[in-house]
Amino acid sequence: MTLPPRFQDWFTRQGWQPHPHQIDLMQAKGDTLLIAPTGGGKTLAGFLPTLVDLAEPHQGMHTLYVSPLKALTADIARNLSRPVADLGLDIRIEDRTGDTRASQRARQKIDPPDVLLTTPESLALMLSYEQAPRIFRGLRRVVLDELHALAESKRGDQLMLCLARLKALAPEVTVTGLSATVEDPQRLAGFMGGAQVINADPGPDPDIAMLATTQPAPWAGGGGHYAVRDVLAQVAQATTTIIFINTRAQAELFFQAIWAANDDNLPIGLHHGSLSREARQRVEAAMAAGELRAVVATGSLDLGIDWGAVDLVIQVGAPKNVKRLVQRIGRANHRYNAPSRARIVPANRFEVIECTAALQAVRERDLDGDPRGPGPLDVLCQHILLTACAGPFDPDDLFREVRESGPYRHLTQEDFDACLDFAATGGYALRAYDRWQRLMLRDGLWRLRDPRATRDLRMNIGTIVEAEMLKVRFRGRGGAPLGEVEESFAATLETGDTFLIGGQTVRYDGLRDMVVEVTKQPTREPKIAMFSGMKMATSTQLSHRVQALIGDPSHHDTLPADTAEWLALQADVSTLPRAGVLVSESYPHQGRWHLAVYGFAGRNALQTLGLLMTRVMEEAGLAPLGFLATDYALLIWSLDPVTDPAPLLDRDALREGLGDWLGRNAVMKRSFRNVATIAGLIQRNLPGQRKSGRQATFSSDILYDTLRRYDPDHLMLRITADEARRGLVDFDRIEEMLERSNSLDHRMLDRVSPLAAPLMLEKGRVPIAGKGRERLAEQEAAALMAEAGLT
Amino acid sequence: MTSYDFDFDGQHLQARPSGALFWPERHWLIVADLHLGKSERMARRGGALLPPYETLATLDRLRSEIDATDPATVISLGDGFDDDAAGRALPDDVCRALQAMAQGRRWIWVSGNHDPGHIPARLPGETLPELHEDLLLRHEAGQGPDISGHYHPCVRLAGQRLRCFLLGADHLILPAFGAYTGGLSVDDPALRALVPTGMAIACGHRAMPVPVSAHSKRKRA
Repeated sequence: MTLPPRFQDWFTRQGWQPHPHQIDLMQAKGDTLLIAPTGGGKTLAGFLPTLVDLAEPHQGMHTLYVSPLKALTADIARNLSRPVADLGLDIRIEDRTGDTRASQRARQKIDPPDVLLTTPESLALMLSYEQAPRIFRGLRRVVLDELHALAESKRGDQLMLCLARLKALAPEVTVTGLSATVEDPQRLAGFMGGAQVINADPGPDPDIAMLATTQPAPWAGGGGHYAVRDVLAQVAQATTTIIFINTRAQAELFFQAIWAANDDNLPIGLHHGSLSREARQRVEAAMAAGELRAVVATGSLDLGIDWGAVDLVIQVGAPKNVKRLVQRIGRANHRYNAPSRARIVPANRFEVIECTAALQAVRERDLDGDPRGPGPLDVLCQHILLTACAGPFDPDDLFREVRESGPYRHLTQEDFDACLDFAATGGYALRAYDRWQRLMLRDGLWRLRDPRATRDLRMNIGTIVEAEMLKVRFRGRGGAPLGEVEESFAATLETGDTFLIGGQTVRYDGLRDMVVEVTKQPTREPKIAMFSGMKMATSTQLSHRVQALIGDPSHHDTLPADTAEWLALQADVSTLPRAGVLVSESYPHQGRWHLAVYGFAGRNALQTLGLLMTRVMEEAGLAPLGFLATDYALLIWSLDPVTDPAPLLDRDALREGLGDWLGRNAVMKRSFRNVATIAGLIQRNLPGQRKSGRQATFSSDILYDTLRRYDPDHLMLRITADEARRGLVDFDRIEEMLERSNSLDHRMLDRVSPLAAPLMLEKGRVPIAGKGRERLAEQEAAALMAEAGLT
Repeated sequence: MTSYDFDFDGQHLQARPSGALFWPERHWLIVADLHLGKSERMARRGGALLPPYETLATLDRLRSEIDATDPATVISLGDGFDDDAAGRALPDDVCRALQAMAQGRRWIWVSGNHDPGHIPARLPGETLPELHEDLLLRHEAGQGPDISGHYHPCVRLAGQRLRCFLLGADHLILPAFGAYTGGLSVDDPALRALVPTGMAIACGHRAMPVPVSAHSKRKRA
């Protein structure tokens, strides 16, 4: 395909030249993957072939565009409308998301638009309709936007299964993936099921550095508040700034801190995933209209909505991951061929080192990324059930089709059969549901036993399992929703407690009809920061860089002077952690022995290591009392000292402990809940569906415990164990840490070392559970009885 | 396993950590809301295929309570079955297990809203709408004083949600004994209306009494 003259003229009238990669993409045959930095005209590149094609009449849906964000579909519709109008093309472009009106959805089933813009979940829903073959029959092109982001989660796995379905329904379809810069484009192409990679010119090197601050970074903590005035000064000089913060809670606190210092009243907004949709849309609209000078945001702004005027990105807190840092930097300066400008603000001294290491990696264009492993089976279970919603299917055909998709190309017949058995009978050792199977085999085809089940199954579509969230509203009728908090957080609140949400301090009044009711409390300092939320661990590769930098004094001149002095002192008093050596220290402090292990394996893995090591210590009678994990180190305190950590770090013993401990762990239960929800074993709680009165639901923990006791080999437990090992438990990285440590270097010290001192100040201490928890409950009950005069 | 002893309606009773109630004077063991056959019922209705082990799990726990207390009478205080059809569909081995447990004792199924009908003949015991022998026992609380189930009360203690007995002046409400049963917080208006002030007896590794009062908000850890 070449660019027709009227398109060439259009570009000329805009004063543009098509980018080479836009032409390359149009001329390519078969499936393609375009890798281009932000601002590279990716989206237009993706749609050019469609627009050229649709200059000729076409019957039915021509192009399906899938993006991870609903907001992106609206953005794309707007951006496409201009060339379509200018070129006088007669094209119907519509979006189809969870927000689309029912009447429009119904019409789209009968009369699909030429171009449909949608999300993976809405696509999965459409494919579960009986009419799916007719809707997608004439489909010619699929455009997958922000594929790098989708590929990192189960949403991508589900999308790839849907893509295999689409290819079966419309054999002539070609697929174009659009991605930001990634470390391994071929792997991403493989994820798509194979595609020709087209690389756009990556553009000039970014202008990126650590923000020079008036005070040095503090020893510990994660807020970055010490730099608020320096950040404000940068905002004042730039046109529009995005300030990225790693967690929602920190974003709220930073937002509050920056406004407290905002003497010039610069318009600065806040954007994160816990805010209500209305609040987020207001900020997005204000940004697009150029009314804001800055927005404090979390990953909710990571993806491509085009802000145009952003000319500075500030990352507060360690980036944790070089690839994500590069993608965030790309958000500054959406003009191609102009360098992006970014500044990084480390939150503490350890992060100064991490930021230095990350900047070095950015300069070397050395991106990181941990491969995700094969497609997860819970997603496949859901896919099988949804396939049955669309109509009877042949198991061999479905198996072949599933193996066409990248993440499932190595799926074994055995695993497929296990998933099918789960979908049909529950897959239990006790064959209890012969009469009530969900799927029945008749005439060689699997089908739903009860067609009414389609409703429940469709309600359960998707792979995002949120923590149970409760809406927050001002008290009184018609109070505007402020956002959402996790139910577990709400459960800790007492009347009168204050917390931050949407940048304001509110007072908790009570829970009514599953809504958290609050009143404004403008003058009070919040008592509680906010909801928990998961923390991302520093990537394997960046951790290695940090460890190597610490261990190599010849490179300490790249660090700020105060940080270099800190490390020099550490080398003097104890020793420096360094590549190939696992350094640990034991020292007494305030009547407790402390053990610091500099593992550099990321927060999740070190947390797991903490749980495993304290178990062994408990057995050895060392009386561990608690531990704390950061991305770099593990700190354990106990009544008796650890003089030799080697037995605690024995790989076989750790492995054995893992299997034993995992089963009873809360992390496993959380993973199980996600897996069981995705696979369709438990129904997710939908908004408005939850009863405020008598609860009909029971906790997934009970199912987990029951399965462990009566059916320990069940598929759901197998998936859960696989998942936990890689994700939150991250045992793979403990193994990796032991693998790369050729020797242990343990120091007995008489006091805390310079490197360990900041750890002592960190938050997130984990007390050792066990009998203690029951004892706590007893003590509390007794105290309450005494208080009420009932003893 | 330590029980909590208390007096209700002139009788001395024991709240057992399992959620069962024991009446030492008569040797009665009372359990509420077993919901046997719950997973079968959900599957029958085209819902999710839950692990079909909750009946086994519930009976295992009931058996150990019977072994521990050797009761003369066992009472299921309503919703013994998740519905009447679930009662009829119980597998043979479950029926045999119930028969064995009922051997040499009186066994009573009080009807509940889930199981209003009569129990199938292959199960032991008799069905009664309610029972009044010094104490009034029925599934759902009415004009007190009475002992009932139905609400599945729960209480939050040290960050954990625990099943509990709810003890007031007019009502004693038992926790659900069945494995797959949700719960209703003792702070819920429905339970507050029945027991404005009194005590929740939480089922942990021992039975732990906690005061419940309409006016003082309980602390949550």
